[in-house]
Amino acid sequence: MKVLVAVKRVVDYKVQIRVKSDNSGVETQNVKMSVNPPDENAIEEAVKLKEQGLASETIAVSIGDEKSQDVLRTSMAMGIDKSILVKTQNTLEPLAVAKTLMKLIEKENPDLVLMGKQAIDDDSNQTGQILSALLKWPQGCFISNLKIEGNKVSISREIDEGIENLETRLPAVLTCDLRLNTPRFASLPNIMKAKKKPLDIIDIDSLGVDTTPRIKTLKVIEPPKRKAGVMVSDVKELVKKLKYEAKVI
Amino acid sequence: MSEIVREELSYDVVIVGAGPAGLSTAIKLKQLNTELSVCILEKSSEVGAHILSGNVFETKALDELIPNWKDLDSPIKTDVRSEDFLFYTNNKSLKIPNFLLPKALQNHGNYIISLSNLCKWLGEFAENLGVEIFPGFAASKLIYDESNQVIGVQTGDMGLDKENNPKDNFEPGINIKGKVTVLSEGCRGHLGKEALKKFNLDKNNKSPQQYGIGFKEIWEISPENHSLGKVSHSVGWPLSNDIYGGSFCYHAENNQIYLGYVIGLDYKNPYLSPYDEFQQFKTHPDVKKLLQGGKRISYGARALIEGGLQSLPQMHMPGALLIGCDAGTLNMPKIKGSHTAMKSGIIAAEVIENHISKNEDLSSYEDKFKNSWVHKELHQARNVKPSFQWGLIPAMIFTGIDQKLFGGKLPFTLQHKHADHETLIPAKDAKKISYPKYDGVLTFDKPSSVYLSGTNHADDQPCHLLLNDKDLSTTYTIEEYDEPAQRYCPAGVYEVEFDEEIQKKVLKINSQNCIHCKTCDIKEPSQNIEWVTPEGGGGPIYSGT
Repeated sequence: MKVLVAVKRVVDYKVQIRVKSDNSGVETQNVKMSVNPPDENAIEEAVKLKEQGLASETIAVSIGDEKSQDVLRTSMAMGIDKSILVKTQNTLEPLAVAKTLMKLIEKENPDLVLMGKQAIDDDSNQTGQILSALLKWPQGCFISNLKIEGNKVSISREIDEGIENLETRLPAVLTCDLRLNTPRFASLPNIMKAKKKPLDIIDIDSLGVDTTPRIKTLKVIEPPKRKAGVMVSDVKELVKKLKYEAKVI
Repeated sequence: MSEIVREELSYDVVIVGAGPAGLSTAIKLKQLNTELSVCILEKSSEVGAHILSGNVFETKALDELIPNWKDLDSPIKTDVRSEDFLFYTNNKSLKIPNFLLPKALQNHGNYIISLSNLCKWLGEFAENLGVEIFPGFAASKLIYDESNQVIGVQTGDMGLDKENNPKDNFEPGINIKGKVTVLSEGCRGHLGKEALKKFNLDKNNKSPQQYGIGFKEIWEISPENHSLGKVSHSVGWPLSNDIYGGSFCYHAENNQIYLGYVIGLDYKNPYLSPYDEFQQFKTHPDVKKLLQGGKRISYGARALIEGGLQSLPQMHMPGALLIGCDAGTLNMPKIKGSHTAMKSGIIAAEVIENHISKNEDLSSYEDKFKNSWVHKELHQARNVKPSFQWGLIPAMIFTGIDQKLFGGKLPFTLQHKHADHETLIPAKDAKKISYPKYDGVLTFDKPSSVYLSGTNHADDQPCHLLLNDKDLSTTYTIEEYDEPAQRYCPAGVYEVEFDEEIQKKVLKINSQNCIHCKTCDIKEPSQNIEWVTPEGGGGPIYSGT
C-alpha cells in the first residue's frame, strides 16, 4: 500500500497573528511557519502504517513557494520516505489544491491519501472532501481512529452524538483529527537523515491545472474587541439589564 | 525510568545558542576552514525566536565578519538619523544637549535593527557555509570526560510528563560531542552558570556580576508621529534616583517603534515592579503623545549583563569557551552588546581553529581578547555602571567627567559592591509602591503582554523552574520579602496563593508563561530558583524584536 500525505505550511499555531496594516491579509513576514497541526497527525499515521508493515511507501506533498520545503523536510524527519513540492507563488483555494493533488495521485498511484481535517490558516475544511469527489473515492473525515485490514478500512469519527464507526474500502481519502494520535518529535539524527531523502520540486504550471481563484478577498479585519463586562449586584439587576439594555429576554 | 540509550553525534565544534556570538563563531570557523564540522543547538523553535534586544547596532564586528554585508540583502536598513537624550520628571522632559553626551551615547553611523531578524539572517548565512543549525533542541547538560574536560552537550529529553515519565512521543536527548564546545547562550545561560561554578571561572573577578532586566514592546504608530531613524533615550521618572535604569525608543521601518525600558537588578525595594515601572513610563505626556493612535504588536523581556570588565570571568575552560553575554561582554554605557558578542565569537573561532589545527591551548583566548578592541571598549566603559551606586545625579556628573574629559581613562576602577540577589531589603523595612491601574490603551496587564510574546510550553512536562529547597520560598522569601518574584517576573510566572490546608501562603509557579528572561534565577534573594531548559521549542516566539 502506498500512502500519500498532503501537508500545508501555515503560520505556527503559537504565533499571535496580526492583520496587515493595509487590511490585505494576515502578516506572514518574519513570522514562524510550521506544519499545519492536523497534517502532523496525518504524517504520524502514515509513518505508523509504514512501521506496522501496512504501507510500503509514504510520500508527502506540499503546494506552495520554495520555503514550503521546510515542512516536507520535517515530514521526512518524522519518517516519511520522500516528498514532492508543487511550486507556486499563489495561494490556492481548496478546489485548486484538490485538482493539483489529483494530478499527482494519477502519477503516483497511492492507495490511501491522508491529510489534516483542515488547515488552521483558512479553516476551509474542504480539500479532502473535494478530492474524494474528484477521484470518485470514498472519504472518511475527521478520523480519530484508523484500522486497515487488507482492503478494508475501519475508521472512527467524533460526532455530536458520540463516536461514529464506519467502514469503507481502499483506495480512500481520509482527513485526520487531532485525536487520532500524538505526533512524534523529529529526533536530531532523523532530521539529519531527512536532509538526504529525495525531495522533488515540480512547477504547478507543468500539471496543467486551472488554479484561477474563484473568491476575491475584499478586506481582512480583526474581530471587534470584546467590551469589558460589568458586575451586577443581584438577579434583579441582571434581569433588568438583560431585558432593557441587552434586549435579549 | 529504565536506562536510556542515547544516540551520539560528533562534530569538531558544538555551539550552544544561535545568537550573535554563537553565529559569529560558526561563520568565522567556516571562513577559516571549510572542512570543520560545526553545529549550533538552539532552544527556540527557530533562529531568532528567543532574541530580544533594543537594538541600535554598531557594525564594527559585522564589518570584520562579513565585509560585503552592505551588498547583501541584510535586515540592517535604518541608519540612525537623529538622537535625543532626555531627563524625565513626571510631566516634563529636559533634553540634554548632544555635545554634553559621552561618545558612547552617540549613535551616528549605527543602525536601528531587529536583532531577532539579524540572527535569522546570520543563521541562513551560516547554513549556506555548511553550518548545521538545530532549532528546537535545548542543550540541557554539559558532558565531561574522566579528566573533567568538557566534551560536548546532551540535548534535552522530549516528551516527558510532569512527573518525568516518558509519554507516547518520548524522544530521549542525544549526546553531541565536539572537540570544542562553545557556550553562547546569552545572559545567565544555564550551562554557562554550571561551567562558571564547576571551573571556578570567576575566581579572579574583582566584582560580582551585575544584571538588568530589559523590556521591549513594538508599537505601530501613526505616520505623523513617526520619524524614521530617530533614537531616544531617557533617564529619570518613573524611576526614583537610586535606581539604575532608563528607557529607549527607536523609530524603525514600517511606522514601528521599539519602545523599551531597562532596570538594574540591584534595586533594593522588594515592592518595586520593573514591569509596572515600564508600563507607567508610557503614561508620561511625551510618550503618550507618541503612542496616540498606535497599536502594540509585540512584547518581551530579557535579562541583560551589566557588570562589564570587573565582572568578566575567565572565558576558557578545558574543552570549552564561554563567550558573548554568557560571559558578559556587553558595553553598558553604550547599551550595546551585539557587536561585542559578535567580536567575542570571532575571536573564539580563531582560537578554536588554532586549537584544532595547531593544538594551541584554548587559554590563548584570554590574551587574544585582551588585545582586541572589545577589551579596550569595556575598559573605557568600566566605571560608568558602578558610579550609579551613588545615585542618578552624582553618577551622571561623574560619568560626564569620566567619559567626556578622561575618555574612560581615569586611573582607578570602581567596583560593584553586591551581587543582585543580595540587595533586597526586608519587606517590613521597605516602602510599598502602588502602581496605577492598567488602562488597556497604553498600559496593559501581564497576561495580555505575555500573550503577545507567543510563549508556549507543552503543559504536561516537568517544571523547568526548580526550587533547590522546595519549602524555602514559603518560609523565607514570602515572609521576609513578600515574595518579590511575583513582581520581578515579567511574565506572571510566580503567584502567591493561600493554601487552606496548611494555612500558609505558598508559591505557585506557572512555568508555561515563562519567557526565558532568567530574572528569577538572578534576583531570587536565597538563590533558590534554578532556571533549567524546558522541552526544546518551548518559550516565546519573538519576531522582529
